[in-house]
Amino acid sequence: MTTESGKKSRLIEEMKAQSGQDPNSCYQCGKCSAACPVTAALDLMPHQVIRYLQLGLEDELAESKTPWICASCFTCAARCPRDIDLARMMEGIRLSVLRCREGNKFGPADLTPEQLEKLPQQALVSGFRKYNK
Amino acid sequence: MRYRYFPGCTLKGQAKNMEDTTMAAAEALGIELVELPEWQCCGAVYPLYEDELISLLSPVRTLAAAEGEPLVSLCAACHHVLKRAQELMSRNEDARTKVTDFLEVEYSGEGRVLHFLEVLRDDLGFDKLAEMVKKPLEGRKAAAYYGCLLLRPSKVMQFDDPENPSIMEDLLKALGADVVKSPYRTECCGAYLSVTEEGVAADTVDRILDSARSAGAEVLITACPLCRYNLENCARDDGKKPLKVYYFSELLAEAMGLTVETAGDDSSKEEVSQR
Repeated sequence: MTTESGKKSRLIEEMKAQSGQDPNSCYQCGKCSAACPVTAALDLMPHQVIRYLQLGLEDELAESKTPWICASCFTCAARCPRDIDLARMMEGIRLSVLRCREGNKFGPADLTPEQLEKLPQQALVSGFRKYNK
Repeated sequence: MRYRYFPGCTLKGQAKNMEDTTMAAAEALGIELVELPEWQCCGAVYPLYEDELISLLSPVRTLAAAEGEPLVSLCAACHHVLKRAQELMSRNEDARTKVTDFLEVEYSGEGRVLHFLEVLRDDLGFDKLAEMVKKPLEGRKAAAYYGCLLLRPSKVMQFDDPENPSIMEDLLKALGADVVKSPYRTECCGAYLSVTEEGVAADTVDRILDSARSAGAEVLITACPLCRYNLENCARDDGKKPLKVYYFSELLAEAMGLTVETAGDDSSKEEVSQR
């Protein structure tokens, strides 16, 4: 895909190959944003993330909080009338940042002693897998 | 009825009481759960990018270890990862060849991958379960909280209707509870955002609890250790009546009339039947 500026977007090419999702299938109905349980904390609504992908705005997406607040609950994908799995695209943005830009987002040192004592093991393992590479 | 059983890390740690109460109930119901020897991590999160094959190594090793027998787990996250890894193995030959060659195992996506709730519904049957209940939970206003991982994506999980599920309500009904339904029962609890974004998890949890309270629920059941942690620890302390959260298996064991000595989430000894 070629973006507005004529630059070929690596993120979007990779996204299509690795997630099997094409941002251009989206017609911006906004159902994903209506479904998302954490929109209050997002700086880009879920449907805006897809719009940014359509436009190839990689740097803006890499700086957005939204992919890191997305907890992969899959509600957006469950309600999408175009059968797009936005959770996979969010994962693509996270991976592109973790792999190519700023590295790990969250580690054991970020946990409080109380969290370490009470958190289910599952939360620690899945949190580290999501925010680290 | 014999099944291979995959516990996963949390069932041997913070959620030991889910395992203990399930084992006691399964034995009473004639369901044999044979723990996989030398099991390891389920993978924790299912890889959503096709080139993340390394994250499939441990779930596929687990699936292969079941040797074609039905594989049961209790933790919603473990079940989610195992089920999705199985689905990928059965349809993606390239991923299957790479992963099984690396692991040096034979696996082509065979065998049933089940959550214990599905065993109760599909193999035992809730009607039969109801007949075996000794101490019905009469008058207990109980609501189900499903969360995400058992239900979605529904095409792969094939667990229940993703928008209007009934398996946990049907279980509660079989146990004799007074079932109430709340609209936020399929919404996300915030998952691991409770670790990184506490405020966000407080919002999601408050909505779920408020919705259950206004439906008249006194207790909530869940099948996910992380959902339970969030529901119990992330709510804002606003003086509202607390809701007791149980694993589904705790109420199951109680209704079966079983006394189970188990370490609770606070590691204190507790007896399910005395609550």
